[in-house]
Amino acid sequence: MFTFIVRRLLQTIPVLIGVTILTFGMMRLIPGDPAQIMAGESASPEQIELTRERLGLNDPLPVQYMDYVTGIVTGDLGTSVRNGRPVSGEIAPRLRPTIELAFYSTLLSVLIGVTAGVIAAVRRGKLSDSLIMLFALFGLSMPNFWLGLMLIQYFAIGFDVGGINTGWFLASGWGTWQQMVLPVITLGTAGAAIIARMTRSSMLEVIDQDYIRTARAKGVKERVVVYRHALKNALIPVVTVVGLQFGALLGGAVLTETVFAINGLGRLMVDSINARDFPIVQSGVLVFAFLFVLVNIIVDILYGFLNKRIDLN
Amino acid sequence: MREEINESAAQAKAAPNPRIVKIKNFWKKLTSSKSAVIGGILIILFVLIAFIGPYFTPYSPFDTDTSNRLVGPSMEHWFGTDNYGRDIFSRIIHGMSITLYVGFFSVFIGMTVGVLFGIVSGYYGGKVDTVIMRFMDILLAFPGILLALAIVAVLGSSLENVIIAVGIFSVPVFARIVRGSTLAVKKLEYIDAVKALGATDGRIIFKHILPNVASPIIVQATLSIATSILSASGLSFIGMGAQPPIPEWGAMLSDGRNYMYDATHIATIPGLAIVVVVLAFNLFGDGLRDALDPKMKN
Amino acid sequence: MVKATDILDEQPILEVKDLQTSFFTEKFEVKAVDGVNFAVPKGKTLGIVGESGSGKSITSLSVLRLIQDPGKIKGGEILFKGENLLDKSEAQMRKIRGNEISMIFQEPMTSLNPVYTVGQQISEAYMIHQNMSKKEAMLRSTEMLELVGIPSPKQRVKQYPHELSGGMRQRVMIAMALACDPELLIADEPTTALDVTIQAQILELMKDLQDRLGMSIIMITHDLGVVAETCDYVAVMYMGKVVEYASVTDLFKNPKHPYTVGLLNSLPRHDVDLGDVELNVIKGSVPSPDNIPTGCRFAPRCPFASDICHEKLPHLEQSEEGNQIRCWIYTDEWDGDPEVNVNDQRST
Repeated sequence: MFTFIVRRLLQTIPVLIGVTILTFGMMRLIPGDPAQIMAGESASPEQIELTRERLGLNDPLPVQYMDYVTGIVTGDLGTSVRNGRPVSGEIAPRLRPTIELAFYSTLLSVLIGVTAGVIAAVRRGKLSDSLIMLFALFGLSMPNFWLGLMLIQYFAIGFDVGGINTGWFLASGWGTWQQMVLPVITLGTAGAAIIARMTRSSMLEVIDQDYIRTARAKGVKERVVVYRHALKNALIPVVTVVGLQFGALLGGAVLTETVFAINGLGRLMVDSINARDFPIVQSGVLVFAFLFVLVNIIVDILYGFLNKRIDLN
Repeated sequence: MREEINESAAQAKAAPNPRIVKIKNFWKKLTSSKSAVIGGILIILFVLIAFIGPYFTPYSPFDTDTSNRLVGPSMEHWFGTDNYGRDIFSRIIHGMSITLYVGFFSVFIGMTVGVLFGIVSGYYGGKVDTVIMRFMDILLAFPGILLALAIVAVLGSSLENVIIAVGIFSVPVFARIVRGSTLAVKKLEYIDAVKALGATDGRIIFKHILPNVASPIIVQATLSIATSILSASGLSFIGMGAQPPIPEWGAMLSDGRNYMYDATHIATIPGLAIVVVVLAFNLFGDGLRDALDPKMKN
Repeated sequence: MVKATDILDEQPILEVKDLQTSFFTEKFEVKAVDGVNFAVPKGKTLGIVGESGSGKSITSLSVLRLIQDPGKIKGGEILFKGENLLDKSEAQMRKIRGNEISMIFQEPMTSLNPVYTVGQQISEAYMIHQNMSKKEAMLRSTEMLELVGIPSPKQRVKQYPHELSGGMRQRVMIAMALACDPELLIADEPTTALDVTIQAQILELMKDLQDRLGMSIIMITHDLGVVAETCDYVAVMYMGKVVEYASVTDLFKNPKHPYTVGLLNSLPRHDVDLGDVELNVIKGSVPSPDNIPTGCRFAPRCPFASDICHEKLPHLEQSEEGNQIRCWIYTDEWDGDPEVNVNDQRST
């Protein structure tokens, strides 16, 4: 197991190097003078020259890249154009809300998605199956920013039902549960829909397997057959989907944070793009990519635990 | 057994062109799928609206009317008016072509590049394969819309840049599918036979491999249109895409945010429009997948 | 000579009467098992033989009521120790499955759950039927593995199915099936997927365990070699019906049904040098289920078929030896050659 984890970590190194090359290249691809961009639009020629010197923009590209990577490793991500503060200090406090939002949304989508998918598979062809799949299709087709706005409309602003106002939750911020419920639902819905569809088809495939018949022939209760024998096998492909889905989730977090005015990394990115604060955008992209890679390592390890057929060593 | 084989060989001779039979079977399966039929009809309807709808709208999508701001749905304004008093129904109709344009073109870009990469990678293998697929892995490491966000940040906010950005992030999906199928087809014996007959690589790729990987590509393209529309409208929503006063639905929705208390319909209606269009493509994609390849799941 | 009439001397452990199991598609009904009768004497082995599609596997699944949608048991009786299993509730059936009647399947590679150790899977039977603790069940599972001849059972019990060979897995299946000391074991082609040498070992093991534990066995197979080696009685099935039921000695010495003769002829013979003579195969193939012949199901492929065979379905009749046969040749209504002898067709 240990060697498996180490090997898996080593495998991500080329991907991480690629990611840094892309984010490094990103700054060079922006039309115009990188020094001008990094120093900000209102910078004086002296400031620009200073920036050029500080960033080593006169050095050859490989040297620049090595400096960039060294910076990442030592936590030096440059300074913000807007306020001149270190980028790492700008990003660090924004990480927590984003990670929490992503974590709870994943949790919600897995819980609802797997449950709904199993129910649909067990009741294949029945009304509950059709209803669940219809809901899933809607969940898949809804822009999450719209869903967020609708939830705000009906459960934060609220309306009166027989003297009760439905504005139970808050429409902005992050921290209390009243603030967290709506964003988590907003971000978790699409994932729940995808996981429900995946779980259903995976369950249907597994339930026809020979070993399910063996379990039934052993006298195992149908409920135990479904949850102990079938589900554990059916979850194997679902786990992979959860990992890949996490990428879409991080992207969705940008929109969700905007809708609910959450001071997370996503909102910081949007604000920074609008303010053309590129050092922050560059590092934000980098952090998101690292997060995604990290989560997929965790998923792969989980997958190794679930799927005994994989030889971990 | 031997008799049977002879019989079926005789039948094959008498049967019509196998390609026609295949298309007929596909059509029969497709039309027997409820979701494909509903999705297909909706898509045709939407395309019609996109092309001829703008000639029949009751108002111009850009005409402001300050005396009629934030009016709810009525006989006069079916979907109400927005904060400038513009008729939302007319704006939705005009926005249809933008939505479809974004969906089709971004997928067209992603598909063309992805298929090219996938075929080259799968067909030639070796170092080319390694380099291309590692590059695809890196692209995949950027979470969906964020890659697009980064690209728009670099290229600047505009609808065209959104199309390019959304297209680029669908490249790896196509590349992976096509590479897998190409590898599978390449292993088939008849490809060796064709090679032995002296066919060029280009001919083998276009005549023998592409037709064989067509089904998964078509299914993926349909489903990608749905996600691309969602991503593009999301980018417009945060101001990275279509700029006002273009009646792009995501941007319209963004306008509506500020009037949630007074006029919910400004945000509700463009969102519903997006849901309906995306739903149609998802329905059609699901049906298409079942008809083309029942083994392909999600 | 053992006669089938001996069965009647004591109550059989299992008696199947007029069993009908069908699969329902949108357009038509496929009668996979169409009025099957047979009995399994206590402590003996009954072979059910037939080609694929003859309904033999569906018959065995029907006995345990493991038929899944769109299949359905339409009628008949399955008397286990005198009680009709078709009248039992699902909960009562669960107490019988894996406990009084067990089953092993054709594909050892896919019949074990890949995500649980073999010990966990065998233990489950003890925990369900004998209320054992996990620890106790695991101990008994290890003993079972030893009983079925798996070396170093203490290590094996902790392994996952993919770590075992096909033959080992089938031994695990047998251990699991016999864990609760069942009175009847249904073996659905237990050796088909295995190498020839392993086949012999598994059959040997089953016979050995039968001697020790005294259970009855239903051996489902398409292989008459397996039948000759392991069975006391044989029911030959063709298209959802039993066409011949006889003691194994009678069946091999004096087969009555032309289909049985055909099956025997298709056995490769190692004792006789046939030279250039081709293996004798039954002509044609099994008709598709939506095109069932009106008369005798076998008539279109039967070398002896006369008019009546194509028109009317023969009944399963008792012969003078106490065997049963479903063929017009042995009835008074036979309108073909009165001197006919199906054994003339046998290749020597």
